Amino acid sequence: MNAVAEAIAFDLASQKLRELNQFLHGDLGMVKQVRVLNPDGAHSIAVGVNAPVTINIAGHAGYYAAGMNQLADVDIAGNAGPGVAENMMSGRVHVHGFASVSAGASAQGGLLIVDGDAGLRCGISLKGGDIVVGGDVGAFSAFMAQAGNLVVCGDAAENLGDSLYEAVIYVRGKVKSLGADAQFEPMTDADHVTVAGLLKQAGLTHDPKEFKRIASARSLYHWNADANQEY
Amino acid sequence: MCGIVGLLVKRPALRERLGELMLPMLIGMTERGPDSSGMAVFTEPVAAEKRKLSLYAGAQAIDWEALRATVAAALNTQAEISVKKNHATLTTGAAPNAVKAWLKAHQPGITVLSAGRAIDLYKDLGLPIEVAQRYDFAHLTGTHLVGHTRMATESAVTVENAHPYTAGEDWCLVHNGSLSNPYQLRRELEPLGIEFDGDCDTEAACRYLEWRMREGDDLETAIEHGFTAFDGFYTFLMGTRDKLALVRDPFACKPAIVAETDDYVAIASEFRSLAHLPDVKHATLFEPKPEHIYSWSI
Repeated sequence: MNAVAEAIAFDLASQKLRELNQFLHGDLGMVKQVRVLNPDGAHSIAVGVNAPVTINIAGHAGYYAAGMNQLADVDIAGNAGPGVAENMMSGRVHVHGFASVSAGASAQGGLLIVDGDAGLRCGISLKGGDIVVGGDVGAFSAFMAQAGNLVVCGDAAENLGDSLYEAVIYVRGKVKSLGADAQFEPMTDADHVTVAGLLKQAGLTHDPKEFKRIASARSLYHWNADANQEY
Repeated sequence: MCGIVGLLVKRPALRERLGELMLPMLIGMTERGPDSSGMAVFTEPVAAEKRKLSLYAGAQAIDWEALRATVAAALNTQAEISVKKNHATLTTGAAPNAVKAWLKAHQPGITVLSAGRAIDLYKDLGLPIEVAQRYDFAHLTGTHLVGHTRMATESAVTVENAHPYTAGEDWCLVHNGSLSNPYQLRRELEPLGIEFDGDCDTEAACRYLEWRMREGDDLETAIEHGFTAFDGFYTFLMGTRDKLALVRDPFACKPAIVAETDDYVAIASEFRSLAHLPDVKHATLFEPKPEHIYSWSI
């Protein structure tokens, strides 16, 4: 590692991932910025960080990048593999390319930004985090999402918001189909403020008025024997 | 879990470097599949009246030259053989089924891994690097290839259960995932006279698609039928004499990523297998969509 003032770099072409993650889990002292060179799709880059540090991943990340993140600002210059920022608690993760499946799964806090498309099950079981996707999201996004917001600037594939709890989804483009118990609702002033705030944080300039709101119809909250298993 | 890799080179000059370009891709999938691995490589086809068979002898010591001469005499055909360790490519003017029947009767310890005009197939137990070194994958030449690293989940770690699977001629398939209905498919195919070699779920998908193509479907139509017939999780990468094809199940449970440049199209389970390809920084990278057929021709 090459310590230069408050910045440090790890080159995964020559250093082990464990070296990087153990450094990030230790006392960072004066270090404010960590650069990760040649990530080349390695798994679990910068997982479990619990410090207000900026991490720049200079390429494509593999599975679970920035999982369980707290406080850190993680910037992925390329694409992210499955489960990026899964179970994030706080902080910010920004994917400049596309994200694979289960982006932001069960994130409890923080903000995940994906400039490109996100794959299937984006924001599955979201528990309070916010996700902004610049492109499209795949099928079953926000499945059983409980709290937080998913903002989709492009289109959404099948079964959006299936079995949704109290998370709210905003989609600018087309929705191929809604999942069970998800419904379109009118945008309120509060929704416009929420979307505007999240777009601003993501550096996007879309008009919040272009977005549609999708939330739970709450008809699955209580068992209905008369429904005969059909919803 | 398993790893898949595929590579098709677009410029004839790169055909000499097919194995060299592929090798880091296969090694990159070691963690996804350390049990066994395999590689199907499609070469310039042999003459229209000839067929080549990839043979595997396991731990048996075989006098391959004697085998060649005996097959040639018994089937009244010319025969050539090239040998790599316990693997050989036998090229004859006889029908593949005739050669297979002869081997079954006279050399039952030899497994026929593939048949066709273009396909050569290697598979064996061990880490990808070990299998690659055993069969000198670095020097494979050809137009396209389909490789696999296996971490067995539903059937034993054996050479028979390693991928790629083949059926008919110049056709192979590798699988990451698990099918829920392989025995249902098998019960539909066996009454049609289609014989199975092993008990791996992947073989059912391989034989189903080959059967559809023999029934007159083109590759894409066969796969469309497969979307209805197959239940379970799958990323399938398939090879024919002149094509690679890639599909994922409707839930896209198993990963895949594609890198395409003017020189090649490369497919792998994960980017880490593509990271060392030349000029991959400027490649078009994408994840295949669920239930969508991707195919590339040589």
